[in-house]
Amino acid sequence: MIWAAFSALLSHWRRHPFQLLAIVAGLALSTGLWSAVQAINAEARASYARAAAQLGQAQADHLVAEDGDIPLQTYVALRRAGWQVAPVVEGRLRLGAQWLDLMGIDLLNPPPLPLFLDDQERPAAEAPGDIAQSLLPPGQIFLHPEMAADIGQPADGPGIIASAAVPRGVAIADIALASRLLQRPDGLSRLILLSPEAQDLPPIDSIAPGLRRIAAREAAGATERLTDSFHLNLTAFGLLSFAVGLFIVQGSVGLALEQRRGLFRTLRSLGVPLSTLVALLAAELVLIALCAALAGLVLGYAVAAALLPDVSATLSGLYGASVEGSLTLRPGWILSGLIMALAGSLVAGARAIHRLWRLPILRAPATGARGQQARRGFHLAALAGLGLLVAAAATLALFEGLLAGFAFLGGLMLGVALLLPMLLSTMLTLGAKTARGAVSEWLWADTRAQLPGLSLALMALLLALAANVGVGTMVSSFRLTFTGWLDQRLAAEIYVTVDSDDTGAAFSRWIAAQPGARALPIRWHELRHRNAPLRIYGILDDATYRRHWPLLEAMPGVWDRVADGSGVLINEQLARRHGYEPGDILILSPAWQMTVAGIYSDYGNPNGQAIVAMPMLLAQVPPPPNRQFGIRTPADETETLMLRMRDEFGLPRDSIADQASIKARSLAVFERTFVVTEALNVLTLGVAGFAMLTSLLTLWGQRLPHLAPIWAMGVTRARLARLDILRSLLLAGLTACLALPLGLALAWTLLAVINVEAFGWKLPMFLFPLDWLRLFLLALLAAALAALIPARRLARLSPSDLLKVFANEK
Amino acid sequence: MVLKISDVTKSYTSGATEMPILRGVSLELEAGTSLALTGDSGSGKSTLLHLAAALEDFDSGEISVSGTLLSGLDEAGRAALRRRQVSLVFQQFNLIPSLSVGSNLSLHARLGQCRDRTWEQQLVDRLGLAPLLDRFPEQLSGGQQQRVAIGRAMALRPALLLADEPTGNLDETSSEAVLGLMLDLLRDSRTALFMVTHSRAIADRLDRQMRLSNGLVA
Repeated sequence: MIWAAFSALLSHWRRHPFQLLAIVAGLALSTGLWSAVQAINAEARASYARAAAQLGQAQADHLVAEDGDIPLQTYVALRRAGWQVAPVVEGRLRLGAQWLDLMGIDLLNPPPLPLFLDDQERPAAEAPGDIAQSLLPPGQIFLHPEMAADIGQPADGPGIIASAAVPRGVAIADIALASRLLQRPDGLSRLILLSPEAQDLPPIDSIAPGLRRIAAREAAGATERLTDSFHLNLTAFGLLSFAVGLFIVQGSVGLALEQRRGLFRTLRSLGVPLSTLVALLAAELVLIALCAALAGLVLGYAVAAALLPDVSATLSGLYGASVEGSLTLRPGWILSGLIMALAGSLVAGARAIHRLWRLPILRAPATGARGQQARRGFHLAALAGLGLLVAAAATLALFEGLLAGFAFLGGLMLGVALLLPMLLSTMLTLGAKTARGAVSEWLWADTRAQLPGLSLALMALLLALAANVGVGTMVSSFRLTFTGWLDQRLAAEIYVTVDSDDTGAAFSRWIAAQPGARALPIRWHELRHRNAPLRIYGILDDATYRRHWPLLEAMPGVWDRVADGSGVLINEQLARRHGYEPGDILILSPAWQMTVAGIYSDYGNPNGQAIVAMPMLLAQVPPPPNRQFGIRTPADETETLMLRMRDEFGLPRDSIADQASIKARSLAVFERTFVVTEALNVLTLGVAGFAMLTSLLTLWGQRLPHLAPIWAMGVTRARLARLDILRSLLLAGLTACLALPLGLALAWTLLAVINVEAFGWKLPMFLFPLDWLRLFLLALLAAALAALIPARRLARLSPSDLLKVFANEK
Repeated sequence: MVLKISDVTKSYTSGATEMPILRGVSLELEAGTSLALTGDSGSGKSTLLHLAAALEDFDSGEISVSGTLLSGLDEAGRAALRRRQVSLVFQQFNLIPSLSVGSNLSLHARLGQCRDRTWEQQLVDRLGLAPLLDRFPEQLSGGQQQRVAIGRAMALRPALLLADEPTGNLDETSSEAVLGLMLDLLRDSRTALFMVTHSRAIADRLDRQMRLSNGLVA
């Protein structure tokens, strides 16, 4: 009996193959985008974990200073007290054209890093080389083979050793060499605890009261925490795409149930119990979901593989986090894709199954009062939507943090989506009042009558359009702000990097002798502030800064305060992270405290940064490298001066750049950062367009009884087809109008809430009406394309098919 | 002459097989008169009605409605003829579910741009539709829906009313009431009625009867 009933149920799909295609495609698309995002996230996290493991961060606890470096004496005191600790010096180092994270460790007594432990198991090509050579001048630096190949072997200075055990973006050297290269002879960045559970030793607090102990797991997750916001953003986009795809599934499953009411009634009258019928329907759904999920996983893999290089570039540009390797099949995201597809299809089909459960045995396949049911449904959905909006607003008001921001966004988007059918119905009712003539009155009324069937697709379109407006406004606002900020920040006409401090000193003297030109040295020292890296720049008192530097908040006489050494400028990230305001005291080290004189914007940098007067910096820290300069010169002399610099100091081409090329490079990095976001944006809009198409095509069979009488009364099929396209345009246009305010609300949330939580900076919001117009036209185009196939079919429909409506054959 | 059908043939093809439906049917219908077309299922009754309504093409012969030859019309011309000269009433009522009863009633006349509000009001009164005007078709009984369908057809003041089993979905009492109303309205408007029916009783109430058998007038 079960097989006979099941095959009868499945026979529906032979007659309606497109409906089946719509469900499979909708689910495959949504699973695909979701899986792609999960695959990318899994790959990135695996990469962070691998890097942390290779650097030994996952194996041992660490000691760090709350502010500044750990003095060498503290390390010595701990060792004398019997604590087994390994010193580490860390900082940014420029090798060739690349910036790297240099990690200096004691190679004579190395901490238990995989780099040094796995020699026996590692092929010779990957081995770290002869450690003894690293201790002798000029020393050696270990790099990942790809980075070593990029940088090459320098003519003088430390040798480069390639080792596959070193993560990308990291350089490892003996601590003595690292201290010298980083100009930090007396300070240590952290200490690795090699014997954490020593019972008979004096407590660390008593020997080194300023140190904080960080658990291994916490240290290993530092990169992951830093990039969490980015991955959460991607997950939110994946979820949005998944929701949009589910709308397709729900619409198609609902319609398939509607069309099989007669079959259900017949099967039940033939003795199939209701419970069996419901179970068979659920089994059918699971079967379809599994097929679709497999297709979705293949699609997800392809999308993830295509996007991974851009994600990697984004993470590197935004956080300095390196994602290496190619995409691998991981059980985590495969399972998550399967579960999402199954759970999603069951959620999408739950209403249909529930309706079947409650269906009276003799209920006719198509009974009346469908319109009233739809209107009741709209009211219920609108109430749920209002509830969600209130809950979203309450979440934002009561809670803080990235998750609260995303919860607000989710509530806002879903709330307005649920309100959409009611809003559209009201707008169509109002529009009908303006109708002149029978055809236009019928068009308005018929459009309203089609709403129940199209509402899910329109919700998907609303979400996709709002996401486009929101994310587009965010990216464009960011681009505008970033461009203006670059103009302020990169005020010097030329930027130069020389190869040594001696050349730097000579270069300064040479520039001072050039008429009309002056050098602004770019010198910095990195220390730790509240357990995070903080880079402190020293600047000369120059009109360039006073005129151009992008200050967000400042005390009166801010530049005088910086110049006389009483004030420090900090970036927005540092200020927001720790709640600093102008007038607050910033403790850079126990002996170095300054008043925050101002806060400046600093986009594209996740870390804290501060600016003090150059004499103040030189007085407080070991002399920082003096190798980078901004050069002010009359604009028309830039080219000549650059040529003369090259001749005079033999500077290679990549050591000298004019303002325009640096800006172009920065903007290129910026654009690449949003490639992934915009790709997901376009894909989501594509899924929404597909939702429209599948809805219109699956509704096709139900349309004929509405169209045939009008045709019989003298409206040609061609005109009906044109009116059908017009109807789609009308609905898409109205939806686009409603998507605009929702998109702007989304943009505001992204700029003022999510960005602040995720990156530490708040951006002003700009409006881009031309972009809206373009998107509006794109929505109309998508709707017209979606309506084109059904309309063409209608225009070519034979009269005998329409006449079947009157013979009750449809 | 409102309707003149001369030696009309029509076949359908199913795969490679051609199935003749009408094999040379002729008839004439004057203004203000009525004709009942009876016959077994599959005899070609509905097809002949559809041909007269310019809903389908015929293979040979000629049909004229109010002097207009259908063979010379393209689709736009046929649609224009249906908008202004011909009304249809079907067994399934085929009202527009998205429009109110009032809008359904006036729809055809407005499409034909010949709305007569006084006549429309008379129809409303005579068909007893006044309390139903703001309702939607799904809120009406079968008899009420068919009264609206007749009102919609008659609001046009068509030259020719084509009805395909108009009371087939109604019980005996409703059927009698609806038919009485329809014939009263036809008498007053001088509209010619061409009705397809299985019912001998209904056929007996019309002016003339004609029986189709295997595509031929019996």
